Amino acid sequence: MSLIYPTKSLENFPKHLTPGYKSTLKRSPTKPLMIIPHTLSELTGPVYGHNAVQEGDNDLTKQHRGEPLGERIIVHGQVLDEDRRPVKSALVELWQANACGRYVHNVDQHPAPLDPNFTGAGRTITDDNGYYKFITIKPGAYPWGNHPNAWRPNHIHFSVFGHSFVSRLVTQMYFPGDYLFPFDPIFNSVTDEKARNRMIAAFDLDNTVPDWALAFKFDIVLRGREATPLDNDDHH
Amino acid sequence: MSEITPSQTVGPFFAYGLTPVGRCQWDPNGTYAWKNSVESNLVTPDVSGSRIRIEGSVFDGDGKPINDCMIEIWQADAQGRYASPADNRALPNSGFKGFGRSATDKTGVFAFDTIKPGAVPGPGGKPQAPHIVVAIFSRGMLRQVYTRLYFPDEAANAADPVLNLVPAERRGTLIAKKAGGEPPVYHFNVNMQGDNETVFFEV
Ligand SMILES: [Fe+2]
Repeated sequence: MSLIYPTKSLENFPKHLTPGYKSTLKRSPTKPLMIIPHTLSELTGPVYGHNAVQEGDNDLTKQHRGEPLGERIIVHGQVLDEDRRPVKSALVELWQANACGRYVHNVDQHPAPLDPNFTGAGRTITDDNGYYKFITIKPGAYPWGNHPNAWRPNHIHFSVFGHSFVSRLVTQMYFPGDYLFPFDPIFNSVTDEKARNRMIAAFDLDNTVPDWALAFKFDIVLRGREATPLDNDDHH
Repeated sequence: MSEITPSQTVGPFFAYGLTPVGRCQWDPNGTYAWKNSVESNLVTPDVSGSRIRIEGSVFDGDGKPINDCMIEIWQADAQGRYASPADNRALPNSGFKGFGRSATDKTGVFAFDTIKPGAVPGPGGKPQAPHIVVAIFSRGMLRQVYTRLYFPDEAANAADPVLNLVPAERRGTLIAKKAGGEPPVYHFNVNMQGDNETVFFEV
């Protein structure tokens, strides 16, 4: 079956069942996934305009009365697909722990302080070049219950929409040089080293604002169509 | 070609960012001002069609409902058109987006208010039966799983090109159960594992 969005790139994704990440044991399908033709239902996807977000939703340091504690950072990049087409007007959402590694969520039991000036949720819409930008603080590492002495590397969660519903991506952005990488089963669920490294933002001195904030560049690449257009492909 | 960014789990803490309002009650003081970017109620004032409600749970391998799950649905309008630039029949004037998001609550229940989609074009110009594409995200899922919701008592199901690829004995996992009410409620439960494991699609 020839699919309009090739599934080959999905080989870079983690396997649903990744035993090192224990929660996958009871939450992953046991039967093989069924491959189906890409119909209009798969090839279409939601589109958002600039009214989906409010002014300032992309600045996580200005959501409260004072400034949050921690290292102020700029996280920016381009959302594009495998065919290098920028994904414009795409909703990009992120959420993260505060500088101490604590989430504003009532099931987070990590005994680290909440920051009254930091919630940790942001969103924006990409521009015509697929470009997005957030201002936030660097999240801390935090412990979790997967195995004894388990700690997550510093990361920011991202949710992104592409040109179709099959391009929908939820991922995590990591920071360069993290010493926790070798021990994290979620990061290592991507078994190909090159693919794994594509989840690590690049330190970006050029866009670092002197005397104000370090910058990190994180391009997000979503599934694309085969470069060769198909016969009668009038959907694009 | 650029190379794809791999998927990672949505984790246990997405709610305050992605589904802050409504069924997810993380905030004991109710002072959280972050609004939903995507609602579980898809019904817009201008939309035509029959209103329906969809309710269900996602069960893990122990048969327990997953209470930290996010469900997204993508559907056509009642005339079978998708509100997407990739559907060149789309009517830009309709406010109906066809996209919804719901977190499961403490008891593991998700719910959507929407309208029943129409039949949409399928491969080779043959119509597909009315259906909704469902994507499920959760802690313990390193990437989303996709399934489809079909409607019972729909004669078009018999000729649906996707349902027909599914072995007959598993087809029932894709068909919601009508529970009555007004607007009618359809129950759609998803089993991640077990004898009655839902059919998931590699799309
Ligand atoms: Fe996290």
